[in-house]
Amino acid sequence: MTLDQLGVGNSGIILKVGGAGALRRRLLDMGLTPKTRVMVRKVAPMGDPIELHLRGYELTLRLEDAREIELEAEEDAQ
Amino acid sequence: MIFALAGNQNCGKTTLFNQLTGSNQHVGNFPGVTVERKEGVVTRAGRGAIPRLWHRMRQEERHRAFHEAARDNALREARDAMREAHEDRRRLGEIRVVDLPGIYSLSPYTNEEIVTRDFLLDSHPDGIINIVDATNIERNLYLTLQLIELHIPMVVALNMMDEFRANGGTIKIKKLSEELGVPVVPISAVKNEGIDELIHAAAATAAARQLPARLDFCSGAVHRCIHAVAHLVEDHAERIGVPPRFAATKLVEGDAPMMERLALSENEKDMVEHSVTEMEQELGTDREAALADMRYCFIDDLVRTAVVKPGESREHVRSVRMDAVLTHKYFAIPIFLAIMLLIFWLTFGVIGSFLSDLLSTGIDAVTASVSSALGAYGLNPVVHSLVIDGVFAGVGSVLSFLPIIVVLFFFLSMLEDSGYMARVAFVMDKLLRKIGLSGRSFVPMLIGFGCSVPAIMATRTLSSERDRRMTILLTPFMSCSAKLPIYAMFTMAFFPSHRALVMICLYAGGMAVGVLCGLVLKNTAFHGKPVPFVMELPNYRMPSPKSVFLLLWDKAKDFLTRAFTVIFIATIVIWFLQTFDTRLNVVAAGGEASMLASFGRFLSPIFAPLGFTDWRASTALLTGFSAKEAVVSTLAVLTGTNTATLPAALAGIFTPAAAVAFLTFTLLYTPCVAAVAAVKRELGGGHAAAMAVCQSGLAWVVAFFVYRAALLFV
Repeated sequence: MTLDQLGVGNSGIILKVGGAGALRRRLLDMGLTPKTRVMVRKVAPMGDPIELHLRGYELTLRLEDAREIELEAEEDAQ
Repeated sequence: MIFALAGNQNCGKTTLFNQLTGSNQHVGNFPGVTVERKEGVVTRAGRGAIPRLWHRMRQEERHRAFHEAARDNALREARDAMREAHEDRRRLGEIRVVDLPGIYSLSPYTNEEIVTRDFLLDSHPDGIINIVDATNIERNLYLTLQLIELHIPMVVALNMMDEFRANGGTIKIKKLSEELGVPVVPISAVKNEGIDELIHAAAATAAARQLPARLDFCSGAVHRCIHAVAHLVEDHAERIGVPPRFAATKLVEGDAPMMERLALSENEKDMVEHSVTEMEQELGTDREAALADMRYCFIDDLVRTAVVKPGESREHVRSVRMDAVLTHKYFAIPIFLAIMLLIFWLTFGVIGSFLSDLLSTGIDAVTASVSSALGAYGLNPVVHSLVIDGVFAGVGSVLSFLPIIVVLFFFLSMLEDSGYMARVAFVMDKLLRKIGLSGRSFVPMLIGFGCSVPAIMATRTLSSERDRRMTILLTPFMSCSAKLPIYAMFTMAFFPSHRALVMICLYAGGMAVGVLCGLVLKNTAFHGKPVPFVMELPNYRMPSPKSVFLLLWDKAKDFLTRAFTVIFIATIVIWFLQTFDTRLNVVAAGGEASMLASFGRFLSPIFAPLGFTDWRASTALLTGFSAKEAVVSTLAVLTGTNTATLPAALAGIFTPAAAVAFLTFTLLYTPCVAAVAAVKRELGGGHAAAMAVCQSGLAWVVAFFVYRAALLFV
């Protein structure tokens, strides 16, 4: 599945980061690298972007960009 | 000694810079881009001890040179050696710090990253102070690893240690320093702890030219690839003064600007590609991911051995709790609007207007006493008018903006420094994305409803140059508060029973035109992909009073500089045009014969298709360039009326349909001189002039259609 499909409060382990150019590099630089655990903390009031929790900090990402990130959902939904 | 201060956004970099330099700072731009470049001189007591070390080393060399030259009777050379020694002492006694933009990586994509790279590679600073947020150490060290590759003496300032320790975390500083190969100094920029130690460590490292002790943070395939490439490009890199290791890493990452800079031969390019492909095949991933992964893996290992993280920090828990309300699904937008309304009310209604009134009372008093003094002296009446009606009135009216700007920026810096602004961007992003901007542009645009000048100045907080330019161009479409008196006067005269409706239509119309312009700009001048909206939401923090104060000082200084240059000249020009006729005779009161009025008459046929041919209307629009409030006062002067009788007089000049067209034109045409000056500061003179002309043209077109439509109804 991709990151945009992960529900609020759920987390997953990143498998692959897609996209290209500045966006992809930015995602990697911000720590969204394979094997990293991310949690979806919140969805913005208008439904987009989403707020993530990873590596001990909060990051926002647009859904269209989140679609580029493949991950494996973890079972233990909070 | 020059130090570059580098670090992530939200890691306390500005606070540290302010602690280091106090008010001894100079704000400018990096050449060619509007990325802010702040430079300052370290003024702290602790600086005294530092250069002594280096100084003593260098001094010995100089003295030896002096004695040798003196022994050889080469007097001139001896003198030179002595002079150089003195030069050195002066130069070393001063530590300068250049504050680089807050960045997360040294990739070649955003202006901020490119500016930082170029500065570090080309300006040869004596050292780098890399500020790292201890509470968010993993992501912060990612930049550290890239900075180390630059092979410049470097010190890591581990910030927010107070917070980290208070939450029960510990960091083995020595271990961290050993693993990274650079000195690490724990500090708290907000509490002003560890700053002197930092200066000492930085100066000692730079003085001894102590380079980072470790370059290899990689292993396996990445390691082999980087080494192969480094070996290959070594000569090229050294020729252009770039550390080979940095060049190699960037090449492996697929960094196009670095490839160009190195000027590799086709054969060498192929060999680099070959090494990279080999690495990619071995790792089963691509080059960019491989390097990011390599750095983060090293960091994960390092953090595991050197850092004992607290469970969940108090600040983080607090932030999550605050966000539960402030970015709540239903409450977020109402709360945001309430906060902005409160700020507007306080700025324009309570504090700002009180201070503005106070200031204008003061200015009036000074003007009156200067005026009477000049009168008693028997000064030529024209020069008297120049001083009083031109200089004092013009600059005085602009100065009365100052309190509003200071108060507004006080609130804005509170919003920004506390971390709330990032939340606003998060909440509002979807709305602005449609016109190709991000949520970050929302606040400057909103301020535009108060005054375009601080709104344009506030675009400085936008991290992407493309967004910044576009926001500046769109902000004037948010109808500023100075236009309100015009609307009030006209609606009173023509639509007394629908005043609110007309005003709402005007405001909405301005926004609609702004959105349309945004869509057009997005698909033309600002075509291309915007900078990705991947933004950190920092923990909420108490803003540091020192930083807030320094920002206010900076903004006030900036505005005053403009008030006494561009705006000063513009007001004198307008005064000149208003006071003289075309034969340079002083015109009678009312100014019907003035050059400005002649110009108004000359221009009035242009407005005929919009329904208002009266020269007084076009003259009022001309004076509106100095300040929008002047439109109403000019109309009053030219019709010989006052506020009470003006509405009746207006009915003689405009038909209702023409009044609608006039209002539309006023809404959209060029912003006032203060705003244009602010645009000039941000985008340059050419852009500012083009913007003023384009907006006036656009205003004409829209007003034309509005007039034609209005004729159908009225």
